[in-house]
Amino acid sequence: MKYGVVVFPGSNCDSDCYHAVTDQLHETATYIWHEESSLPKGLDAIILPGGFSYGDYLRCGAISKFSKIMQEVIKFANNGGYVIGICNGFQILTESGLLPGALLMNTSQKFICKTVELEVVNNQTAFTKTFSLNEKINVPIAHGEGRFHIDKKGLKELEDNNQIAFKYVDNPNGSVADIAGIFNKQKNVLGMMPHPERCLFRNRKSLNILDIK
Amino acid sequence: MFKVKVEVMLKDDVLDPQGKTVSRSLDHLGYKGLSHMKIGKYIEFMIDNNDEATVRAQVEKMSKEVLSNPVIEKYEFYMERV
Repeated sequence: MKYGVVVFPGSNCDSDCYHAVTDQLHETATYIWHEESSLPKGLDAIILPGGFSYGDYLRCGAISKFSKIMQEVIKFANNGGYVIGICNGFQILTESGLLPGALLMNTSQKFICKTVELEVVNNQTAFTKTFSLNEKINVPIAHGEGRFHIDKKGLKELEDNNQIAFKYVDNPNGSVADIAGIFNKQKNVLGMMPHPERCLFRNRKSLNILDIK
Repeated sequence: MFKVKVEVMLKDDVLDPQGKTVSRSLDHLGYKGLSHMKIGKYIEFMIDNNDEATVRAQVEKMSKEVLSNPVIEKYEFYMERV
């Protein structure tokens, strides 16, 4: 498997993702700078890492969606390629329309950094196939703007199409329906606020989310 | 040339914890009777174009596509010929 890790100005989890893939999953990975106007050949999956791309100016992920590389990522996803957006990467995926909804400031108004428990809601996807349904897994979160928002109609669509990937067991940020991560309809795009790439040692099983072969 | 002012606010049904917190703090300071406080963004810029209809269409498009996120936000804008 060949992974691409997109690097925006302000990304700060790119290295973690790269090493999670290469050192722990023993797959190949390559960094992709945001100004590239084409993707490296033969990519199987793209990771949009966490951080504060473009300083989170205007809205989290709002400027990134217009970057040159994102136009290629959107094409890649629409052709069925696997894309995982983690934290800021999730915000970029919702801003760019690859995933529905939006992410807002936590109800507590605080940046929350701790390990949380998630429930696997759909285990029939490339990202979640190694988990059992409703399995509880631990994954760290680190965000100030992670409150997932979607209107009632959108929520019903997510539920009807089995697009909810993970729910928080104890909702830390006020997300609608305790949602921590969602898929697109085709299940080749995953966005989640928690950081599976940080599960290198403790909670090692959660790293399987990135292991999509 | 036009001076444009764009206001971006969270939609009414979207919880704004920032507004709530500021409102509560003001209440603690003795400013009583406040409610429904929302905090938004204010953006202003100039456009070097004298055709009002063109400018209006352009500002409408950029407000929808870039300056606001229609999933969570609404916008209003004002134009002034300068």
